[in-house]
Amino acid sequence: MHEPTPITLRHCGKTFADGTLALQPLDLDIGAGETVVLLGPSGCGKTTTLRIIAGLEFPDPGGVVMFGDSDVTPLPIEQRGVGMVFQSYALFPNMTVAENIAYGLRVRRTDPAARRRRVDEMLSMMQLGPFAERRIDQLSGGQRQRVALARAIAVQPRVLLLDEPLTALDAKLRDALRADINQLLRSLHITAVYVTHDQAEAMALGDRIIVMDRGRIAQTGTPQQIYRAPANAFVADFIGTMNRLPAVPEAGAWRVPGGLVPRQDNAAGAAQPARAELLFRPEDVALARAEEAHLGGSVVTALFLGNYTRLLVDVGAPAPLVVDTTRRDAWHAGDRVGLRLDTGHLITLSEALAA
Amino acid sequence: MTTTSRRGNAYWLQLALTLLVCLFMVVPVALSVLAGLTNNIFIGVASGLTTRWLVEVWSLYRNTIFLSLGIALACLACTLVLGVQAAYYMALRRGRITRLIEELLMLPVAVPGLATALGLILLYGGWQAFRTSWVFILVGHVLFTLPFMVRSVLAIMSAIDIRTLEDAAASLGASRLQRFFTVVLPNCRQGILAGALMVVTLSVGEFNLTWMLHTPTTQTLPVGLADSYASMRLEIGSAYTIVFFFMIIPLLVLMQGLSALGARARKHQPLADSAGATSGADPLSPSEARHA
Repeated sequence: MHEPTPITLRHCGKTFADGTLALQPLDLDIGAGETVVLLGPSGCGKTTTLRIIAGLEFPDPGGVVMFGDSDVTPLPIEQRGVGMVFQSYALFPNMTVAENIAYGLRVRRTDPAARRRRVDEMLSMMQLGPFAERRIDQLSGGQRQRVALARAIAVQPRVLLLDEPLTALDAKLRDALRADINQLLRSLHITAVYVTHDQAEAMALGDRIIVMDRGRIAQTGTPQQIYRAPANAFVADFIGTMNRLPAVPEAGAWRVPGGLVPRQDNAAGAAQPARAELLFRPEDVALARAEEAHLGGSVVTALFLGNYTRLLVDVGAPAPLVVDTTRRDAWHAGDRVGLRLDTGHLITLSEALAA
Repeated sequence: MTTTSRRGNAYWLQLALTLLVCLFMVVPVALSVLAGLTNNIFIGVASGLTTRWLVEVWSLYRNTIFLSLGIALACLACTLVLGVQAAYYMALRRGRITRLIEELLMLPVAVPGLATALGLILLYGGWQAFRTSWVFILVGHVLFTLPFMVRSVLAIMSAIDIRTLEDAAASLGASRLQRFFTVVLPNCRQGILAGALMVVTLSVGEFNLTWMLHTPTTQTLPVGLADSYASMRLEIGSAYTIVFFFMIIPLLVLMQGLSALGARARKHQPLADSAGATSGADPLSPSEARHA
């Protein structure tokens, strides 16, 4: 396989024919061999970004798409040497599994012997050997997915683009295939861009996640950075479960609904916001006895989820707090509980950011 | 056993009604066929059966049969080239404008054939060579049948999401021409075939337009049929109907079989079915109307 290719987008915006701005002009650098996940709700511009990289859409004037040192901006998709996996797989119904995988090589007029070798290699790599002569409508969803991947990488593309490839599958299969794809991307050492709206998928697959919101990048970072240090309220809400408490500063502490939370940051140096918002994950808050608790509230619901119990606790904030505990007590609606926060993992957003 | 016998009454009633309706539709056809094979219709079958009327039709109207077939094939060629391209274009660029074009394409079907013909005559009537050639009729037939081809192909293109298949083929490096021949055409075969059969059937049976557009030297089969009913012995008209049946029924059977095949292969292909129904009624109507 040849050297992986980095991708660079410069000032790539997209305005659709009807005048809607699908994508604010953005810059993006994707390293050679890196797996980047574009994550966001539908309509956030992630698919448009992918299609611009693919050459299925062209950026508004001024935008530049580079694959390594070559400017591919004016090239249509068939001249960019990309491999693409579609949400609906888009396998050719008029061809068998083997013919689908061979298609890219066929249109390139690869020598038949080499073509056959490559197809066999793909079939065994994707464990599709027994299905080589099957028609597409005789395959299960998971098998179709693997054919789509095999077809895309058979031509040894410079970059691999995946547009929500697991969305059409059921949850269990999705988990298994997610692991397969992860392994595949590592072993291929190929630059890959993966679009999804599923944050768990993004966490599992991405070297780097780009969270998008309303046509712009909300945050870029490793899965850990995105999860532990969301840059703004949108990212905080979109990734995982996040508790939010409105907070007013007091001496050395935050006054929040249901109690006081000690401040970790050095308040003396920093500018003092009039109001702020405290964010924390369900795993960063624990049940505590009254004298150790920062907050008090009453249980709204207790959901037993097997290895842990998820409590919804009303402390007087706009939304009840989500608390995960492994304790084996039985809780009932209305029970009073004390909560202690892991103050080292609090995220503080000043109101301006939290808007 | 008891349940079937209990349902018995309703069942027999239904069967009787069905048979009655069948008779209602089949008897005129059978009578017409019989008339074409009878020596003298005013005496009846007692006068004996003969094929001499069929021979007479062949010698009198042979040319209309060949002209009809020729026009139908030429019409098929035109609608294949134009219709598949148009459907392909519209499937790739789904939008307000293509939807409008789709509606406009249906106009020649909605507007009475006589009006379309009148328009053509007003526009090209002065162009003598064109007006008197069979190509003039061909133009009318293409206008009339094109929407059926476009809708049939467009339906299957939307059903299989040809846009994404195209994108996929392009991502694998296929040029526009390669995509069209290796992905688009093979996957739309069913719709193209259904459309093609419909176009041929409609063209062979077309009367309204053709009656206005034809000249004495460019009579098609249905026009000849009308002519024979009006000016010949009833037996000749009836024998002519038999010839018409021989041409049209295989097409209808083929079309029915194809749409059944399509329905089995794909869950929904609504247009091929409904269009099959309209064409099933349409080509027969001139002869039936004449007969009544």
